[in-house]
Amino acid sequence: MNISRRHLMILLPAAAVAWKHVLAGTPEDSPNYRMSEHWWGMLIDIPKCIGCGNCVRACQTENDVPDGFFRTWVERYHRSDIHLESPEVISPDGGKEGFPVVRAGEEGKFFFVPKMCNHCADSPCTQVCPVGATFITPDGVVLIDQKYCLGCAYCVQACPYGCRYIHPTKKVADKCTLCYHRITKGLTTACCEACPTGARQLADLKNPNDPIHEFLKTHTVQVLKPQMATGAKAFYNRLDGSVR
Amino acid sequence: MSGVEGYIYPNEVTLYWSVLIVLYPFITGLVAGAFILASLERVFRVEAVKPTYRLALLTALAFLLDAPLPLQLHLGHPERSPEMYFTPHSTSAMAMFGYVYLWYLMAVLVFEIWLDYRRDIVLMSQQSKGVMRLIYKVMTLGSSNISERALHIDDKVGWIVTLVGIPSAFLLHGYVGFIFGSIKANPWWSSPLMPVVFIFSAMVSGIAAVMLLYMATTKLRGQKIDMRCVDTIAMYMFYIFIIDFSLEMLDLVHRIYEADESFRSLNFMVHTRLYIPHIVIQICLGTIAPLILLFLTQIVKLPEVVRKRIYATAGCLALVGVFAMRWNVVIGGQLFSKSFLGYTTYKMELVTREGLLAAAGLTILPLLFLWALVKLLPPWPDKSLHEAATGD
Repeated sequence: MNISRRHLMILLPAAAVAWKHVLAGTPEDSPNYRMSEHWWGMLIDIPKCIGCGNCVRACQTENDVPDGFFRTWVERYHRSDIHLESPEVISPDGGKEGFPVVRAGEEGKFFFVPKMCNHCADSPCTQVCPVGATFITPDGVVLIDQKYCLGCAYCVQACPYGCRYIHPTKKVADKCTLCYHRITKGLTTACCEACPTGARQLADLKNPNDPIHEFLKTHTVQVLKPQMATGAKAFYNRLDGSVR
Repeated sequence: MSGVEGYIYPNEVTLYWSVLIVLYPFITGLVAGAFILASLERVFRVEAVKPTYRLALLTALAFLLDAPLPLQLHLGHPERSPEMYFTPHSTSAMAMFGYVYLWYLMAVLVFEIWLDYRRDIVLMSQQSKGVMRLIYKVMTLGSSNISERALHIDDKVGWIVTLVGIPSAFLLHGYVGFIFGSIKANPWWSSPLMPVVFIFSAMVSGIAAVMLLYMATTKLRGQKIDMRCVDTIAMYMFYIFIIDFSLEMLDLVHRIYEADESFRSLNFMVHTRLYIPHIVIQICLGTIAPLILLFLTQIVKLPEVVRKRIYATAGCLALVGVFAMRWNVVIGGQLFSKSFLGYTTYKMELVTREGLLAAAGLTILPLLFLWALVKLLPPWPDKSLHEAATGD
C-alpha cells in the first residue's frame, strides 16, 4: 500500500483520536489515584450549550440510567423580555433527543441549561440520610452506597435541584456520580466527553494547572440557587437570573 | 406528560412520599395527643377527665405500636431499617426516629401503663386461669407486692414517668414536624413553626380520638357517659384547637404577606390542586366547623343529648381536619416543582404496597391493637377485682 506523506499527515491525527476513544472505552486502573489531591466540580458554559442531548444520552448509556429518570438533563429556557421572573422552560425527555426548533423572530431570549447533581460541599442530601448511605468523598463527590441505602427518599426531598430519584428496580436512591468510576482513572465524565462544544468541563479545583482557575477569574460564574448555601460545585458561566 | 402542568424537573414527576407518610405523622400525633390527655389527670390533677385516663394510655400505646409500620412499608429496603439503630447518621433528623420511638414506647408508655396496672395485673394473675394466668404472671415481672406502701411507690414513680412523658410526647411529635420543617429545599415545609403546629394539632387529634373512643366504648358497655368528663375534655380540645388554628393562620398570613419567590407557585397550588383538601376540608370543615361547634357548647347551656352529639361531630371533624393537615403537608409539599414553574399530581394506587388498601389497613390496625389491649388490661374499674383485693 502506497501512502503519500500528505495522506499520512491526515491519517495520524485521526488514528490518535480513534486510539483515545479505545482507551476511553477500556479505562485503565489508577492505583496511584489519591483522593486528597483532588476536589472535583463541573464547569457548565451556558453560551456553548446547543441542546443536542448528547450528554444525556451518554450518561444514560454509561450509567445504565432507567428510562424516565435522569442523572443529567438539559432545559431550554425562554426568557421573555417582559416577564423576566417567569421563564418558559421545557425539557422533553430530559432533552435527550434535542428540542423543537424555535421560530425565527420569536420574542425574548432562548438558551439551554444542562443540569446535574451539584456535588455540594454542604449537601442537604448527605445531611438528612438516616444511615449515612449518601456521603461526600474526600475528593468532593457526593455518592450513594446503594448496598446500604434504605430507599426512604428523604434525600430526594432534601435536594433543592431535583437531581435525585428512587431507582425503579433497585429501590434505592440514585443520581449522578460524576462518573466516579472514570474520573478516578484519569478520564473525564461521559457527559463531558460526549459534549461536542465543550459546554461541560470536569474541573479539579485542587489542581493548580486546571483551566478552571483561569476561567473563574475571567468569567462571570454562578451556582444554581445560591441562597440555598449548599456549596454547589456545578459552576455556570453566564447564568441567567431566571434560571431555577 | 399526564398529570403535569407547567415545567417540573424531570425527576419530580413521581411522588415518593405517599399516603403512608401521611399516616405516619397522623398516627404519632394521636399517640402524643392521647398521652397529653392522660397527663392532664395524672400531673395536672384535672380529676374530671379521670374516666379516660387508662383508655388514653392504652390508645396511645395501640397507636404507637402501629406508628412505625407505615414507615417500614414505605421503605425501598425495609430489611435495612435496623441500620438506623446500629449506624445512625448523626446529622439526620430521621435517624433519631428509632431512639425517640423506643424511648417513648419503653421508658414512658409501657412503663407507665405497667405501673398503673400493676395492682390489677397481680390480682388478675391470682384470679384468672389457664393461659391468661400465665400471661398475667409474666406481666407482673415477678413483682407481686401490692401492699399500701408498694402501691404508693408505684404512684410516685408513675407521676415522675408522666412528668417525663410530657416533654417526651412533645419530642416525639415535634420531631416529626422537624423532619418536614427542616427541609430548606421545600418552602411549603421549611418553617420553624412546623414542629409547634404539629404538636398542637397532635393534641387536638389525640384528645378528639380518646373522647370519641370513650363515648363509643361507654355506650357499647351500656354505661352512662360521664358528662363532666366529656365537657372538660371538649373544653381543653377547644382551647388547644384555638392555639393550633392561630399558629396555622399565623404561618399562612406570614407566607401571604412575605410573598417570597415560592409564593406565586404555592398560592396557585392552594387555589387549584389543594383547594379541596386544604381550604375546604382542612380549614373550613376540619377546623372552623368544629371550632364553632365547640364554641357553642362553651357559651350556650345546651341539653346533654345535644352536647353529646356536638362533641361527637366536632371530634370526628377535628380528626378529618388534622388528617387533611397531614395530607396537605406531605402530599401538598410534593405537588409543586422546586423550580416553582410547574405541578405534578398524586395518583393513589389501590392494592399496591403504598396504596389505599394498605393505608386503610394500617388505620384500622391500631383499633385492633386497642381492642386486644382493652381485653388484656380493662381500663374501666372492675368491681370483682376490687372486692377480691379488699376481701369484701
